[in-house]
Amino acid sequence: MKGFKIIVLAKQVPDTRNVGKDAMKEDGTMNRAALPAIFNPEDLNALEQALRIKDKFPDSEITILTMGLPKSADIVREGLFRGADKGIVLTDRKLGGSDTLATSYAISQAIKRIKDYDIVLCGRQAIDGDTAQVGPQAAEKLNIPQVTYAEEITDISEKKITIRRRLERGTEVVSCPFPLLVTVHGSAAPCRSRNAKFYMKYKFAKTPLEVTEETDKELLAHKDYLNIKVWSAQDVEAEPERVGLAGSPTKVKTITMVELQAKESKKLSDSDADIDNLMKELASKHILG
Amino acid sequence: MNNLLVYCEIEDGVVADVSLELLSKGRKLADQLGCKLEAVAIDKNLSKIGDQIFPYGADTIFVADDAKLSPYQTLPHFRIVTDLIKKEQPQIVLFGATSIGRDLAPRIASVLKTGLTADCTSLEIGEHEDKKNKKVYKNLLYQIRPAFGGNIIATIINLEARPQMATVREGVMKKEIFNKKHKGEIKKLDFKKIVTAEDFIVNILDRVIEKSKLNLKGAPVIVAGGYGVGSKENFQLLHELAQVLGGEVGASRAAVDAGFTEHERQIGQTGVTVRPKLYIACGISGQVQHRAGMQESSIIVSINTDENAPINSIADYVIVGDVAQVLPKMIKYYKANTK
Repeated sequence: MKGFKIIVLAKQVPDTRNVGKDAMKEDGTMNRAALPAIFNPEDLNALEQALRIKDKFPDSEITILTMGLPKSADIVREGLFRGADKGIVLTDRKLGGSDTLATSYAISQAIKRIKDYDIVLCGRQAIDGDTAQVGPQAAEKLNIPQVTYAEEITDISEKKITIRRRLERGTEVVSCPFPLLVTVHGSAAPCRSRNAKFYMKYKFAKTPLEVTEETDKELLAHKDYLNIKVWSAQDVEAEPERVGLAGSPTKVKTITMVELQAKESKKLSDSDADIDNLMKELASKHILG
Repeated sequence: MNNLLVYCEIEDGVVADVSLELLSKGRKLADQLGCKLEAVAIDKNLSKIGDQIFPYGADTIFVADDAKLSPYQTLPHFRIVTDLIKKEQPQIVLFGATSIGRDLAPRIASVLKTGLTADCTSLEIGEHEDKKNKKVYKNLLYQIRPAFGGNIIATIINLEARPQMATVREGVMKKEIFNKKHKGEIKKLDFKKIVTAEDFIVNILDRVIEKSKLNLKGAPVIVAGGYGVGSKENFQLLHELAQVLGGEVGASRAAVDAGFTEHERQIGQTGVTVRPKLYIACGISGQVQHRAGMQESSIIVSINTDENAPINSIADYVIVGDVAQVLPKMIKYYKANTK
């Protein structure tokens, strides 16, 4: 049979493990420019599931779709190096400040423009928000079923896909015909690393925004596969009042930097005497007994 | 009209703890707002469901009772709850931040074009002054959650769109009986026109739900490990201490992500919230998400090589040292000091 048309939703996220003081803007949204940016970890798990489908059905085509700053093209390239076929960056100032509702709307509009797809795969959640909302919301807007927290695609055929889901206290195996949206859990297989052949092939892949020199222009004109598409809000026919801050029902009222209320704590060493005393004290207070 | 609605999760005929916790919190919020507390229950064999839900203060239970609606599936439950919200127009809808709630709530928020805040650690009622448009909003739901890797606490509001929707993790709110004799009204939902055959497009082939052997919430002592524990082997020391003290082993997200222990032991905003008598934090730095899940412990002992680890500032005792050295000594001197 011919392959599957797969869209992988990926997000470039600030590495929330390394946060500085200038990380937040006054309106309570993030200053993404001030942080190191990485490929959202669970989106890499999703990419791996897509690549496995392509391993089985080599005629499959994987498109990486990302929404964010123009530099999100970095993660499209990362996806190409690992085996994806093409990429689209949805970027527009008008999309800035979008909450999950506005984001899922913009993304679903982009998917509608891609039009021809069997499976949308994405990570369960992104580490900058941990909301796990954009997947199910995009599925609703596309009016397709969703299968969340996928751990493994156990079977795939022309008619249907079978997926094992990871639930809090167990697992569930479900099957579903196409098209559908699948969110992938972090317990799924990790993503394979870059492939040297694909790295050489896509090393010079660029978006129109990144092309500055004449030599680049010539190269990209000759090799179509090196062109990473850039779409604006208008390109995907997103209504202006449904994106950005205007299209976001949730507002950040206040943010508080976390300051610890210091308790009077007793400092102890790891000496036998100190630990002996601690255990005596806990026992005498009936904390232990 | 404009009441507060709680979606109740049901497994094997039993209402989930997280739903009862939300009803307890919802009762207080509803009293503050002067509105009714409503619950929606979707499953099979629900004729006695009121016995479980009414004591927690619900005034109305909307019931969709049919074998086809159990176990949970996204689309049928999505259709029923969406239709109910459209008809009843609640001002607030709450869900557990569980595999079910986090699957269902976003899809509903999307079709209703309203906001949804995930994993709240606190819910309050308050007002907001929009200075630009000179408008004061009263009785808003403050949806409070750590954000941005736990470096900030954000209060999220939803000014215009309704309902205001939020998910809350299990254990964050306290489960409290409102009144054992409290009774309300049961309203059957006519869902047959709303749920169509196509809504059963996802076919459940197999489902294994393990009854959790672990009872972190009820453990008087918790020995919890973080990334600083260093390895799966060192985690065994935590199990030994927990066993001696009659407690359970918990973990931070970093330790779970590193594969030192199972996910069900995770404590914090994206795990379980606990309030034991004694919490021993081993090699846990103490990001706000973790602290959100344990800071109400009566006594906190922190063992860390880093004297300045954030968790030390909420600890009653700080042992500066290596977990692998300290834990065996704790076991030894516990045995020596108790008979």
